[in-house]
Amino acid sequence: MIALYILLSMMILGALVAIEVRSLISSVVAVGAVGLGLSLVFLLLKAPDVALTQLVVEIIAVIILIRATIRRRLPESPVSARPYGVLLGLGFAVLLVMVSLPALQEIPRLGHPYMRVAGTYVESGLQDTGAANLVASVILDYRAYDTLGEATVLFTAVMGVMAVLRNRGLKSGEEG
Amino acid sequence: MTAYILCLILFGLGIYCAVSKRNLIKIIVGVAIAEYAVNLMFVLVGYRMGGVPPIFAAPGEAQGAMVDPLPHALVLTSIVIGLATTALLAAIAMRIYRKYGTYDVNEIRELRG
Amino acid sequence: MADRPEDGMSLIVKTVTRLTLGLILLYGLYIVLHGHLTPGGGFAGGVIVALSLVHLVLAFGGRSAWKRISHSGASRMEATGALGFLALALLGLTAGFFLSNFLPEGRAFELFSAGSIPLANLAICLKVGGGLFAVFAILTIFTAETTSPDGGER
Repeated sequence: MIALYILLSMMILGALVAIEVRSLISSVVAVGAVGLGLSLVFLLLKAPDVALTQLVVEIIAVIILIRATIRRRLPESPVSARPYGVLLGLGFAVLLVMVSLPALQEIPRLGHPYMRVAGTYVESGLQDTGAANLVASVILDYRAYDTLGEATVLFTAVMGVMAVLRNRGLKSGEEG
Repeated sequence: MTAYILCLILFGLGIYCAVSKRNLIKIIVGVAIAEYAVNLMFVLVGYRMGGVPPIFAAPGEAQGAMVDPLPHALVLTSIVIGLATTALLAAIAMRIYRKYGTYDVNEIRELRG
Repeated sequence: MADRPEDGMSLIVKTVTRLTLGLILLYGLYIVLHGHLTPGGGFAGGVIVALSLVHLVLAFGGRSAWKRISHSGASRMEATGALGFLALALLGLTAGFFLSNFLPEGRAFELFSAGSIPLANLAICLKVGGGLFAVFAILTIFTAETTSPDGGER
């Protein structure tokens, strides 16, 4: 448990660095560090599938963000915030604390999940589907609609990127 | 309980950054940090003290109590959707830079056009 | 490879890329195919396959790499994956309900087991890998045409 708290504190420090530092490239690299720390936390919480996916997705997210940031004419962000921005941010933080304290009494204590539906998945997963990886059987057999929805969202996002980044005059016959 | 509070602090930091910064890239960074905090909260709720990962190693071996596999499935989907969202935000930011020449939200708001 | 030596990254990076490109692709396919036995599955494997192609484009520079891979192939890969997943879902209708697991489940812990789960993993890998590589391809082509007037190529 001590390792979990230390890693979470380092993630919060990394997030603070990403928010407050002025250079944009340093900010993106700090977000990459937060993502890698998150992958380690997932390993500590006995979730190897999720840790592997978070690691590789973090790498691609940092590559895409650096492509958006590098070689632009404004590499540093200005110092002052938006009008009433800081006030809004702090107000949201207070609201979050007020709403979450009763909610935190309701969810189970760390380490004792309820597992009402997942209990049946764990007991009869191997016989029903034949897959040794229970998470794969949950994604692709018990909850396959969610995977279909996720495929649709990814498809829509790729369509969106293609529609937004369209060149009016294409160079030398390159097709988009 | 401490882990839940630290996770909520991370979420609050992400939303604070998305709401109060002037640069578009910082806004994207804030949204990404908030998404990490949400995924972490899911996996924290499903953790069992002294549990094993939800994978059967070999037939007929006593494993011990397994960690809840249902949040893992939801978080796997959510991570990939978060990547798609970040990519679309970055594409829109690049388009805005090409049209207005700056990433500053205040200047873009003045150049309405 | 007859590309200009000042395109892309240095010679060390290019040599290492030639050696490790196939290994990364193979590793991604391994994680996809064993998705029902070990951690991983279609999503992680698909992202790794996309990363191997991104590695190629980053190491050899935009102009040399796009002569060898086509970026419309990425869209076709993604569409094939999506249609494959939908076909598996509709074929499950023959066994009772939409998205049912209709192929026979072999013995557990073998590569050809667990019904239609490995095929669905392959479809997801094609979809996610193709989609992410298409996004990266569009970003690269867009960036190459908006270099700011004060700075040219690196």
